[in-house]
Amino acid sequence: MSNPTKQKSHIQFALNGEPAEVAFAPHKTLLEVLREDLGLMGTKHGCELGECGTCTVLVNGRAILSCLMLGLDAEGQAVKTIEGMAEGAQLHPLQETFADTGAAQCGYCTPGFLLVAEELLKKDPNPSRDVIKEALSGNLCRCTGYIKIYEAVELAAARMRGEEAELPRESVYGL
Amino acid sequence: MPKNGNNGKPLNVVGKPFRKVDARAKCTGQTKFADDIVLPRMLFCKILRSHLPHALIKNVDVSKALALPGVISIITGKDLPISYGILPVSQDELALCIDKVRFIGDPVAAVAAIDEDVAFDAMNLIEVEYEPLNTISSIEEAILIDDPLIHEYGDAGNVHKKVSLEFGNVEDGFALADLVREDTFFYEGNTHLPMEQHAAVGNFDPDNKLTLWSSTQTPHYVHRALAKVLELPASHIRVIATPNGGGFGGKSDPFNHEVVVCKLSMLTGRPVKVTLTREEVFYCHRGRHPVLMHVKTGVKKDGAITGMHFQTFLDGGAYGSYGVASTFYTGALQTVTYDVPRYKFQGLRAFTNKPPCGPKRGHGTPQPRFGLEVQIDKIAEELKLDPAAMRRANLVKPDTVTANYLRIGSMGLGKCLDKIVEGSGWTDKFSGWDQDNRKLPYGKGIGIACSSYICGAGLPIYWNNMPQSGVQLRLDRQGGVCVMCGSTDIGQGSDSILAYIVAEVLGIDPFDIRVITADTDLTPVDLGSYSSRVTLMTGNAAIQAAERARELLVMAVAEELKVPIENLSLAERRVFDVENPEVGVTFAKAVVLAESKFGTIGTVGSYSPPRSPGRYKGAGVGPSPAYSYSAAIAEVDVDPSTGIVVVERIWIAHDIGKSINPMLVMGQVEGSVYMGLGEVLMEEMVYRANRNVVHKFPSMLEYKSPTTMEMCDVKTYLIEDPDPNGPYGAKEVGQGPLLPVPPAVANAVYDAVGVRIDEVPITPEKVLKALREKAKGRDGRYGPTGIPSVEWPEPLRVLTPAEGGDGKEMPRVAVHS
Ligand code: FES
Ligand code: FES
Repeated sequence: MSNPTKQKSHIQFALNGEPAEVAFAPHKTLLEVLREDLGLMGTKHGCELGECGTCTVLVNGRAILSCLMLGLDAEGQAVKTIEGMAEGAQLHPLQETFADTGAAQCGYCTPGFLLVAEELLKKDPNPSRDVIKEALSGNLCRCTGYIKIYEAVELAAARMRGEEAELPRESVYGL
Repeated sequence: MPKNGNNGKPLNVVGKPFRKVDARAKCTGQTKFADDIVLPRMLFCKILRSHLPHALIKNVDVSKALALPGVISIITGKDLPISYGILPVSQDELALCIDKVRFIGDPVAAVAAIDEDVAFDAMNLIEVEYEPLNTISSIEEAILIDDPLIHEYGDAGNVHKKVSLEFGNVEDGFALADLVREDTFFYEGNTHLPMEQHAAVGNFDPDNKLTLWSSTQTPHYVHRALAKVLELPASHIRVIATPNGGGFGGKSDPFNHEVVVCKLSMLTGRPVKVTLTREEVFYCHRGRHPVLMHVKTGVKKDGAITGMHFQTFLDGGAYGSYGVASTFYTGALQTVTYDVPRYKFQGLRAFTNKPPCGPKRGHGTPQPRFGLEVQIDKIAEELKLDPAAMRRANLVKPDTVTANYLRIGSMGLGKCLDKIVEGSGWTDKFSGWDQDNRKLPYGKGIGIACSSYICGAGLPIYWNNMPQSGVQLRLDRQGGVCVMCGSTDIGQGSDSILAYIVAEVLGIDPFDIRVITADTDLTPVDLGSYSSRVTLMTGNAAIQAAERARELLVMAVAEELKVPIENLSLAERRVFDVENPEVGVTFAKAVVLAESKFGTIGTVGSYSPPRSPGRYKGAGVGPSPAYSYSAAIAEVDVDPSTGIVVVERIWIAHDIGKSINPMLVMGQVEGSVYMGLGEVLMEEMVYRANRNVVHKFPSMLEYKSPTTMEMCDVKTYLIEDPDPNGPYGAKEVGQGPLLPVPPAVANAVYDAVGVRIDEVPITPEKVLKALREKAKGRDGRYGPTGIPSVEWPEPLRVLTPAEGGDGKEMPRVAVHS
């Protein structure tokens, strides 16, 4: 049984490129620490059992499920959340294309998808549709049917490669 | 021509793929969902739920839990003795059960504590003494067994509702037929699975007023339920629907957790938050009803329907919820796609000891649509007709009234069929019912289905004469425009629709507009995000409010510029003379002129649907200002050795009337196809143990839903056939395109391997069983074999419009003559 007076643990780590420190009950997951102790509400939860991917954050550049990682294990690591994805007021190209294509319907799964996609495009700047599907297969979205998400990732990838790309007409107006 | 539209003037915003007004917030993690709200001194709530499916509550002892340090308050059923429910006829829920629990997950007690861990520990210290009761686990049992009763009300024993309606004489129809087919089907229940778990924060303010933030699709109905249960004046309650992280119908009931956090806040004087676990979301449910169906249809040689008798049996779970409406919906929309001159419907909803069913995307209509469209396929085979051409030849005509008095406006289903038949290469792929001369290899198949859905229910949930949607506009002298409406954005983009439409009418940019929605203190009532009503109803209300504002602006500008009012146009943030475009003022200046002349500028608009021609008892379900239409073709690959069905591609055409934003329409079509695919291939809310009332899969891992690896390719066609009642001609898209997907896949499986799976979901086991039966020379079919015998009430008889009926039921005595 938990005890509300139990002593808190304390960690130091890099959060969205800035030094951070926080004290929290030691059994808490990174998800809980981010949301409850650091007030970063952009990281979402859909199951807290590693099933849905909405809680994805990047730890040292790798996408992980923050509901399955203890906050204590973030000590000394570099953690990036959705709040750290834009450069100042400048959105990441993926954020721009997710917004432009309607890839965020309810938007609840969006932070998770964006961070997984960011990791993917770092590794593979020109992923095929199949590679994108595989990379996103751990994240559930109930709204979009994933199609606008693929299209947003492809469009951002093209723009990040320096191409002048737009969505195909049929993706916007139908065939 | 739409009654509310641009009257032929060019459109600047409507029809363009603008971003959603909230897109930036959603892509930066800044959208505040209910669980993201944190208030000073906030307490956390946990709800103890029954672990028994049916039991009397003998005693609840909270003493140990209350003694735990950090626990501030605990409430039980006696603290909230007033019942509620979404429908006035089914006020059968208690926020916390008092005398008995009716399913695993029924709430019994609630704790408020200083943090979630303490609340959880305290919840586990509450001692409940139960006396178990026998359970009712199926439709059949509910019909046969009336001891124990799950509820003390209903149409008979554990039968919640029985409906029996007949339009024209269906037996005459069968006598006229060249072929009469009878089939039974089963559509398993499934659930919404929104990514966001329900959450709510209640706060009893220092000014003695209550505020609830909640992930609800229907803040207005929650508002009414809270006033009733908490015995507060409604004017002292404010309900704010936070942006929903997906709804799909699952957040449309007033919920016990919403009532509980309000009560705990009233008792403690502190804000109280609850966030459901994923397991609890499965128990909230209100999802797709499992429906057993029997369909008897008579047709002429060309496939023209002469009569249809449709029977449905719904497993409702433990409470009423929307169930009475769901029952009627399983019989309402059969008549709006193909002409059905005589129609009989009988529906029955059973109470069982399972989580309550309710409205899920398509509310009560995907199940009968599955039965109808698979049976149409079987009829086409018997008649040796092409199933696409047979459907095409028997469509309902636009601007007609159906046998059950639904008024059809625009009807683009023919165009939908033409598009997908051509686009999919149907004629080069379909087997033509000749397995020996197949065009695709064995194992590959193609199937087709059509559907239709309402664009808003014709009637509100509680009887009243007020508008279903209201919009208020405020224009300020800086040129700012604020639009306020009670509608709730559940991801479909309803906030954006308001901005696009107001921007179109006022000639400004949608991003100039501030949208305030879903706040019962600040926004005029809109009934909520259900029944695909929002674009049509709020859109029409927004046009009216904006046109009234435009009128004030042009009057003031005409006077200032000495230009006739008719000459003034609003576009590009200006009000100008169309004959002399340099002559004009900025939009902001126009507001200043109007405010100087008329005082502060605010306008309102509202929308009430047209009255339906149906006057019989039960005519309230089915009427709508307009009907959307969809047609889909699925191409599948079935592995005969494993039974695994892979849907490779779906061509879908949707009659949207007019796209307010085509990109958002595309997203809704794709999302609907996805959800239909999940239902037909894998999603099922099934039960095991304790006589089949223990939920088998209350987790996302075990409740299978499509990932990117299962999602098929989708080819979408948008058909624009503007409806007179839609804003700019627009119809719905959020629900309709789900409907043709399950039957199209089932029909494609038959084309691929020659077995009929008359049941959803189509799992590999079922396909394999049917294939084995077929190999043994027996019927290659998997599905239900019969229906329970039921004493139906004498049907309510209504003469059809073609018979000169007036929409009213015939006097009962005529039945026996
Ligand atoms: S919350 Fe679902 S995977 Fe972490
Ligand atoms: S956008 Fe709603 S769950 Fe993905």
